[in-house]
Parts: sequence; C-alpha cells; structure tokens
Amino acid sequence: MTDRKIRVMVAKPGLDGHDRGARILARCFRDAGFEVIYTGCHQTPEQIVAAAIQEDVDLVGLSCLSGAHRALFPRVVELLREKDAADITVIGGGIIPEQDFDALYKAGIKAIFTPGAALDSIVEWIRTNIKPRA
Amino acid sequence: METVKKICKGDVRSASRLIRDIEDKIPSAKSQIKKLYPYTGKSFIIGITGSPGAGKSTITDALITELRKRNKTVGVLAVDPTSPFSGGAILGDRIRMLRHAEDQDVFVRSLATRGALGGLSHAVGEAIHVMEAMGKNIIIVETVGIGQQEIDIINHAHSVIVVLVPGMGDEVQTMKAGIMEIADVFAINKADRTGAKQLQTEVMSMLNSAPILPDDWRPPIVMVGNVYETKAFAKSIEELVKNLEAHYLYLKSSGRMAERINRKIIVEINDALRANILEPIVHSLEESGELRSLAQKIKSRKADPYSAAEEIARRFLKQ
Repeated sequence: MTDRKIRVMVAKPGLDGHDRGARILARCFRDAGFEVIYTGCHQTPEQIVAAAIQEDVDLVGLSCLSGAHRALFPRVVELLREKDAADITVIGGGIIPEQDFDALYKAGIKAIFTPGAALDSIVEWIRTNIKPRA
Repeated sequence: METVKKICKGDVRSASRLIRDIEDKIPSAKSQIKKLYPYTGKSFIIGITGSPGAGKSTITDALITELRKRNKTVGVLAVDPTSPFSGGAILGDRIRMLRHAEDQDVFVRSLATRGALGGLSHAVGEAIHVMEAMGKNIIIVETVGIGQQEIDIINHAHSVIVVLVPGMGDEVQTMKAGIMEIADVFAINKADRTGAKQLQTEVMSMLNSAPILPDDWRPPIVMVGNVYETKAFAKSIEELVKNLEAHYLYLKSSGRMAERINRKIIVEINDALRANILEPIVHSLEESGELRSLAQKIKSRKADPYSAAEEIARRFLKQ
C-alpha cells in the first residue's frame, strides 16, 4: 500500500524570464508520474532551497538561460549543504557552454542538460539516479 | 533528537519529511502521528476554496502577509490535482507565495490529491496535525480548484472562505446547494471586473432568503479588488482577516467551535476505521486474487456484489 512518489522541483534562479523550457519539463515530469513543484522565475538560491526543504523534494532541477549558472547553480548546492539537506540532488539545464561543465560537476551539480536534450533522456536519468529515501 | 521532538520545536525538515511519509503511506508515519497527537489541536484552521483560477493562492499569499503583521505564525497546505492518467501532478500554488519563502515563521507545503475527490488529499488531516504540533498559530488549507460540491474542507477547517469570481453564471447558481452553503466568509475576487456588483447582490439575496436565527452567523461578503492595485487590494485582505477574527470569536462564544471540533474528530475516527478495517480487507483480497475471481463471478451473474460483501464482512470481522 506504500506509494513512494518522486518529488521534483523545477526552478529558475536569477534574472531570467525565459521559462518555456522549464514549463515543458515540468509538464513532462508530470506525465512521467512525478509530483512537480513548479516555482517559476526570478528566484534567489535562498528561496529555492527553502522551498525544496519545505516540499521535501528528491531533486531540484535548475534552469538558467541568462549565463549566470556558474554563480547560481553552485550556490544552491552550497546552501542545501548548509541546511543539512545535501541528500537533495541538484541538476541543471539551459544555455550552458561545454567548458563550464567541469566546474559545475565539481560544485556538485549531478547532471547538465542543454538544448536538444531529449525529454525522455532526462526522465530516464531521473528514474535511474533518483531513489526516494526508504 | 527524535522526530517528534524536532517537529514540536518547529523543525521544517522533519515536518516536511513526515508529511511526505504520510502521503506515501509509509507505515512508520502512523506511529509518529500517534506520538504527535497530544501536541495537536491548538491552531486555528482556515479553509479557502473556489473554482480553478478564482484566486485562492493569491488571496492566501496576501492573508499570510496580513497574519504576519499580526505576529501570527502560519502554515499553509496547498492542494493541487493529481493526473488520473500518469499519477503525476503540477503543484503550482506556492508560486504565488514566493515572497514568504525565507520567513522562518511561514511553512508552505503542497499536496497532490492522489485520487481523493473531495477537493483535498487524504493526507491533509494528518498534515494539519504536523503543522499544529509545530506550533503554527494559523493553518490555511487551500483546496484544489473545485466545482459545486467538493466540500471536504468543512471537515477540516474551523472557518471556510469561499472565493467567487464574476462571470460564472446567473443567480440560479447562487441558489444551489453545496459550495454556496459552506461559506463562513465569501470573498468576491476580481471585484473590479464586470458583473462583480451583480454577483454581490445575488449572494446577498441568497443569504437574505435563508432562514436565520438570532445567534446564527451571517456570512459576510468581502469584495477583493485587482491585485495590482496594491493599496486597495491590501485593504480588502485586511477586511477579510477582520471578518475571520470575528468568525473565530463567534465560534468560541456560540459554542459552534466545539461542534466543529467534534465533527472533525468523528471524521478522523471514520477515516482511521476505514484505514484499519476496509483497506486491509481490500488489500488482502487483491493479494490473494479473490477480488479478481469475485469480479468474474459477478460479471457472469453467478454472484452479486451485495451478498459477496456481506460474506466477506462476516468472514473478516470475526477475526
């Protein structure tokens, strides 16, 4: 009777109003059977982390098309650690040049999906890598 | 520190995890809720309901601001629908409440309906208890966008706000049973739009035509204007809160609070009985395959569901 559902948060940090990608992903995650907390644009990493903890999500998906990913993505990971919530996985997507990948991985971002990534491949990654806590 | 102690100290992480375990029906959640129960029952619970897009989340956001001005700590449970096809959900209520994200005294948690049909989630009663144990003064429960009769909210809230918007039909709609009967306070949102005044008149005449005893509560109607006209909007929300305070005092002084609490507890007992009696029986019939073979028999009219249920009840309730 137990029914563990994957809970995902889709958020856009910083000054970036281009949310079409984030919305499509939220919808796609819904259709994959996940519960999606959609929090939209213009958020600070502090707001994102507070919401992720209040919602007990397994995964935070960050979308950034403004070029500020190198500052904003690692900050989210850092704040989660500070709040004793390092078990929440963070992945990112958007306009992210390949030469930034390493820095982001090193900062704790677990996966990066750029334009052209198939929706199925993102869902597949989540199903393989995200195990809701027992 | 054990979970219960942490929750009673207001720890958000422990609380949100327990709410998740309740939703996911993890067996250990039950024992935690049992331990929390003595610390519950002290919060004032406000329900907010209305059709999709009526403005429930926006009004909730403004209510939080107004209640924080009065130094109240606030918990919010915001329910959104689960897909009947994929089982997934978009929980998008908190997008209207982002400005409170970092306020330590505000805890917003989204819930998906997961098949519940009354406008809420089956987990909502226990999730309220978790927030009560955290010591939240006020808990706002926002239903999914509802139609005419998803009124489970009255089993959980002490005061119910029904949010109406103009343009949804003529006066016959206000005469109908169901949603129009459960309001303790009406909020007519988007009151700057055409038809708002007419809607107000219709609700008033609906209220006037109802028999009312001297000690009854007559639901006030609050006109809530355009959210972008910030001053006027804030003023209407202040009026809403004043009406909720008045209703709270009325509930206390008239003895109606005790009635509502009793009703809530009886619903809780009912739910617990169902979880302890009906669900295990159905589960065991599913596991053993009996449910499927029974369905076959009934399909070919060799049995009927009524006798079958009686036989099953006799068999299980003896144990």
